[in-house]
Amino acid sequence: MSATTHAHATGAAERGKVAIWWFLASEIMLFGGLISSFVISRLGGGAQVDHGHLNVTVAAVNTFILLSSSYTMVEAFGCAERGDRRAMRLFLGLTVLGGLAFLGLKAYEYTGEILHGFTPWAGTFWSFYYTMTGLHALHVLIGVIANATLCVAARLGLERPYRVEVAGLYWHFVDIVWIFLFPLVYLS
Amino acid sequence: MSHAATLPRVHEPHEAAGFFRTYLYATDHKTIAKQYLLLGLLMAVVGGFLSYAMRWQLAWPDTEVPGFGFVGPETYNALVTNHGTVMVFFVAMPILLGSFGNFLIPLMIGARDMAFPRLNALSFWLLALGSAVLCASFVVPGGAASAGWTGYPPLSAKAEYTGVHWGLTLWLLAHAIEFAAFLLGGVNFLTTIVTMRAPGLTVGRLPLLIWQLATASILFLLSVGPLIAGAVMLLMDRLVGTGFFLPERGGEPLLWQHLFWFFGHPEVYVVLLPALGASLEVYPVFARKPIFGYRLIVWATIVAGALSFIVWAHHMFVSGMDPRLAMPFSITTILISVPFALAVFTMIASLYRGSIALELPMLWALAFLAMFITGGLTGIFLGSAPSDIYLNGTYFVVAHFHYTLISAVIFGGFAGIYYWFPKMFGRMLGTRLGQLHFWSTLAFFNLTFFPLHWIGIAGMVRRIANPLQYDLVAPHQWINVFSTVSLLGLIAGQAVFFLNFFLSQFRGRPAPANPWQATTLEWTAPSPPPHGNWGAALPAVERGPYEYSVPGAAQDWLPQRAGAAVLGSRS
Repeated sequence: MSATTHAHATGAAERGKVAIWWFLASEIMLFGGLISSFVISRLGGGAQVDHGHLNVTVAAVNTFILLSSSYTMVEAFGCAERGDRRAMRLFLGLTVLGGLAFLGLKAYEYTGEILHGFTPWAGTFWSFYYTMTGLHALHVLIGVIANATLCVAARLGLERPYRVEVAGLYWHFVDIVWIFLFPLVYLS
Repeated sequence: MSHAATLPRVHEPHEAAGFFRTYLYATDHKTIAKQYLLLGLLMAVVGGFLSYAMRWQLAWPDTEVPGFGFVGPETYNALVTNHGTVMVFFVAMPILLGSFGNFLIPLMIGARDMAFPRLNALSFWLLALGSAVLCASFVVPGGAASAGWTGYPPLSAKAEYTGVHWGLTLWLLAHAIEFAAFLLGGVNFLTTIVTMRAPGLTVGRLPLLIWQLATASILFLLSVGPLIAGAVMLLMDRLVGTGFFLPERGGEPLLWQHLFWFFGHPEVYVVLLPALGASLEVYPVFARKPIFGYRLIVWATIVAGALSFIVWAHHMFVSGMDPRLAMPFSITTILISVPFALAVFTMIASLYRGSIALELPMLWALAFLAMFITGGLTGIFLGSAPSDIYLNGTYFVVAHFHYTLISAVIFGGFAGIYYWFPKMFGRMLGTRLGQLHFWSTLAFFNLTFFPLHWIGIAGMVRRIANPLQYDLVAPHQWINVFSTVSLLGLIAGQAVFFLNFFLSQFRGRPAPANPWQATTLEWTAPSPPPHGNWGAALPAVERGPYEYSVPGAAQDWLPQRAGAAVLGSRS
């Protein structure tokens, strides 16, 4: 019986990981298409960055928060593999908090920009800015929901630690997208 | 090593399941495959009806179309747009990828179901929702989308330009839902193929159809992202008021064309490859010969798939993009004909000196080859920038892509449907009506579409509602009339198929497990296969998929399944 359960879990873990990698491959193309469009538009002179009106400090803090949440996600997976329920919930909770903090700060940034008149239709740069960071924020939100689900129903993560790993792969991907967006939009 | 462990967790007894579980909330891959098939056939009726109204308008402009009403220019644009959308996204993909993939991947690789059965059901119902949204877009105020199936901005970017507001927005939404459905489906296909093959089924022993379905899924997963990004941008232009594609606001309309065709060219192979794969399964069975050059076909498929990502701008030679791009894209386009020519030559070599039995699946598969070669040859003219500049946007292009796409969807698709119908439904598809269907389709397809080459060369361009208004086209109007009359014959031929399809469900001869004496794994399951496909023991595989006429064997075919062969002296 336990051998069967084990074989099942191994098969499911393998399937889950293969699936998430294929999914992420398509996500790379989604963000790749959008980011390439932005880069080409900038090179063509259509989407010049509006440096003075972006809040680089808040974005830098946000970058730090998101990267830290990747670390807590790794720790959560380690705990799930060891079967340490309390620590896994703690680290998943911290990851969720990191994601929520990122979204909160992003909302603060958006509010400030919109109040200064930099709406999505204020110019090509702003159109790209809101579309790219908005699509990324949507992905953060999905990750927050997935991690929160695993945290609340800790059984899901403990009996099937691969679920924490799969959620983690997705979360790191969301992080990596931001690592591309931050310098492209705020720094260059 | 317990393979029963890979059973899906929801494994309630089949007969105990009620109507809802069996047909609507079904997670069995075979039921989902039938759902895809029925949805695809239903949408084919919609798409066919649109083409009927469209061709009637072209043959007898501005007369009442029987059963449809008056067309006129605005409605004609909506007909053209939605005929393309329905046929590519809601007929070809559901039948060739959705139905064949779902039915055959588990059966051909010796699995009980897909890797994620519930995700699979979700994919189908998302597609059904997308189809419903698209059909709803026909009846909203302002009419259906009318900016062409490629939806080029700036025409599509502002409601004022076409006068269509909700129709086009819903049209975009239907695409988004369809993409999500096939993204999830593709992930499911690939995960199943990678992780759930039967013991002994190495990648070198996979039936070629599995290779084609896997390649098609990868192409879709990797190409659709940029178009989703583009669709989001176009939707923002329409609803939020951004200016991504509007030149007056600093946007770039050509960007859409790049994003669209970056997806669009791989997409034609997403449709073509499963049809090619179905024909490749049919040839060895009805020629009683192994496939010539298995590895060559696999590599040709992979190379063509990879090249399909760098040919897209051949759709844009006259778009106003930098003309220096025309030469590199012409070269990659000519290059991509090399792997496809290889595949076609291996197909012909697979038939050479075989004991060919002209059963219905074989007739369709042979017609696929002949029609696809015709369409492929006209593709060379369109891939070369100098001749394309003349032919671009004419009916020559229409004839070209109908010869390639219809050869895949109709001829390749019917090769598959006639071949696997006994496995799918447990009964044989009637041959007398089947013969009538095949010969009428072959004849009327050519009569409908071949003359369009001529009228295209003569200068008739696409997307005009009334050819009689143009002095250079009006003398050739007989071609439009001829083509439309032939289309009526083509549609009547498909009615024969529907009749046969439903009659055979009840009256067809009960099918044995392996009516064609074929080698691959799906023929070792009962017809139709029960829930879980095989009994207690899953099959193991001990040889390649095309062992026909093996010297020394007692019968002229050796099944892939271990222990199932009647062995001769040499085996």
